[in-house]
Amino acid sequence: MTQDLSVSLVFIVYAMGMLITFGTVLTWVERKQAAVMSDRIGANRAYIRIPFTQVKLVWWGLFHGIADGLKMILKENFQPRTYDRVAYAIAPWVVFTPVLLVFAVVPFGGTLDPGRLFPALAGWFGGRTYPMQIARLDAGLLIVFAFGGLTIIGSMLAGWSSANKFSLLGGLRAGSQMISYELVMGLTVLGLIMTFGSIDLGAIVRRQSGVVLGWLPAWGIVYQPLGALLFLTAAVAENKRIPFDLPEAESELIAGFYTEYTSMKMGLFMFAEFIEIAIVGALFTTLFLGGYNLPYMNDGGFSFPNGTVLAMSHGAVVVTQLLVFLVKVLAVCSFQILVRWSLPRFRYDQVLAFAWKFMLPIALANLVVTAVVLWSHGAAA
Amino acid sequence: MKIVDRRKRYWNEPTLTLWERAYLPEIMRGLGITSRVFLRNMWRWMTGRKGALTTYYPEERRADYAPLNRGKHVLVQRADGRPQCVACNLCATVCPAKVIEIEIGVDPADDAHPTYPVRFEIDYSRCVFCGLCVEACPEDAIRMLPDTPGLPSYDRERMWLGLDELLGWNPQRDAAKPYAVRGAATTGAHRP
Repeated sequence: MTQDLSVSLVFIVYAMGMLITFGTVLTWVERKQAAVMSDRIGANRAYIRIPFTQVKLVWWGLFHGIADGLKMILKENFQPRTYDRVAYAIAPWVVFTPVLLVFAVVPFGGTLDPGRLFPALAGWFGGRTYPMQIARLDAGLLIVFAFGGLTIIGSMLAGWSSANKFSLLGGLRAGSQMISYELVMGLTVLGLIMTFGSIDLGAIVRRQSGVVLGWLPAWGIVYQPLGALLFLTAAVAENKRIPFDLPEAESELIAGFYTEYTSMKMGLFMFAEFIEIAIVGALFTTLFLGGYNLPYMNDGGFSFPNGTVLAMSHGAVVVTQLLVFLVKVLAVCSFQILVRWSLPRFRYDQVLAFAWKFMLPIALANLVVTAVVLWSHGAAA
Repeated sequence: MKIVDRRKRYWNEPTLTLWERAYLPEIMRGLGITSRVFLRNMWRWMTGRKGALTTYYPEERRADYAPLNRGKHVLVQRADGRPQCVACNLCATVCPAKVIEIEIGVDPADDAHPTYPVRFEIDYSRCVFCGLCVEACPEDAIRMLPDTPGLPSYDRERMWLGLDELLGWNPQRDAAKPYAVRGAATTGAHRP
C-alpha cells in the first residue's frame, strides 16, 4: 500500500513537473522557433546577472519566460464591475485544472520495476511492477474527452462573466468552435479504438509496440494516417490556436473571452494554452506515434528484424522510454508551433463550415472504411 | 427565391484553381516552405554562422553602413593629447543650429597654442549634421567620422557631448597629421 502510494507520488511529481516545464519552455520554443522561421533572432535581451560580478547569463533568451511571469505577477489586478464575481474568479482555474488532469491517464513510460531499479528496496517492493502512468483507468480515453470538454466551460464562463461584449462574443465563439471540434476529435479517435480494441491508453500504447508488414512500427499513424491528420487538426482547433484562434482573434475581439482578465489570471489562460499544446502532443504521441515505444524496442532492449538483439538493463530501458516520450511530445509541439506560424487565420464561418462540412464527413468516412476493413479481416480470419 | 450577387467585380479579382481550392496541398506547401527556412537557419546557427538577417545594433554594425555618413564629431588631438582646437569660436559662429558652446582658456606658456577650449560641448539634440563646423575650422581641429554619437537617452540634457567624448578619437596614424606620436597621446589628460 505504502509502496503504491510512494510510486504514485513520484509519478505525479514527475508528470506535474514535466507539464509545468513544458508550459514554461514552450513559450521560449514558440518565440525562438517563430524567429528562426522568419530569419530573426528572437527574444534574447533578458538576462540574469551573477551577483557581485558583471557576468550576464543570457542563455539564448531562456529567462524571458521568468521575465514574463514576473510581469504578470506584478501587474495591476484589474476587476471589471461584473455581477458574477465567482464565475469571473474561477474561470481561469476551470480552464487550467482539467488541462493538468488529462495527463493523469497518459502513459509516459513502460513498466517500472522499482525492485530491479533500486536493489536496496527490492525487499520492500516485493517484486511489484508499475506501468508508468498516474491513473490506470480502463476508461482512459473517456477521461481525456471528459476533462478536455471541461475547458469549454471555463472559456464560456470567462466570456459570460466579464460583462464585456467582446468577451461574450469570444465566449460564444469558443463554445461553438470547441464543441464542433470535440465531436470531430471523438470520431477520429473512434477509428483508432476500433483498430486497437481498447480505450485504455496503456493498452493502446502496448498494442503499438510491435511491427507490421515486417518492418513498419505498428503505430497508430500507420493504421490511421487520415485519422491522425484529422485528430491533430481538431486538437489544434480545440486548443484555439492559429489558424483556429477565432475566440481570441485580436483584430476582431481584442483578446476574446479573456479581454477583461489581467495579471496572473490572464497568465493562467496563457499558461493553460501552452500546457495544452504539450497535452495535445502527449495525446497524439500516445494514440498515433506509439507513445514511449521505439521501433523494435521492448522491455528487454532492442531486437531488430534481422535477428540482432541488443539487451539493455532495466534502468536504461526506463530512461530511454521516458526520453523517447519526451522527444516525441516535443516534436509534436514543435509541429504545432510550425503550423501556428505558417497559416493565416480562418474566417469564423469558415471555421465552423470546415468542422461540420469537411472534417466531420471525412471522419465518418474514415470510420466506415476502418469498420469495413476490420470486418472483412475478421471475416477472413 | 433567386439570389442576386451585387458585389462589385474587380479586374484583378483573385481566382483560385481547383488545386488551390483543395486547400490541403497548398497548406502542405506552405508548411514545407516555413520548415525549410527553419531548418536552413537552424543549420546555419548550429554551424557557427548567423541564421538571421538581424543586426544586434549596439554590439554590431551593418556592413552596408553608408560609407559617406558623417555623424559624429571628434576633436583632433595634438601629439601630446591636448586638443588641436584654439577656441576661436568660428565653428560656433557658423553653426546654423547654434549647438556648439566653447569656453576659452588661456595658456601663456604655450606659444603655439596660447588659447585652448576649457569646455567644448555639442548639443546633439539640436545638431543638424551639416558639417559646416568642419568647413569653418582653420586648424582642422574638428572633424566628423562615419559613426553615430551614442545618442539614445532618456532626456535632452544627456545629449550633450563634452570634451571627454569628443577627444575619444585617438588614431595612432593620421594621414592628415604626419608628425611623430611621442607616446603622450595615450596618456593625455582628457582621455575618457
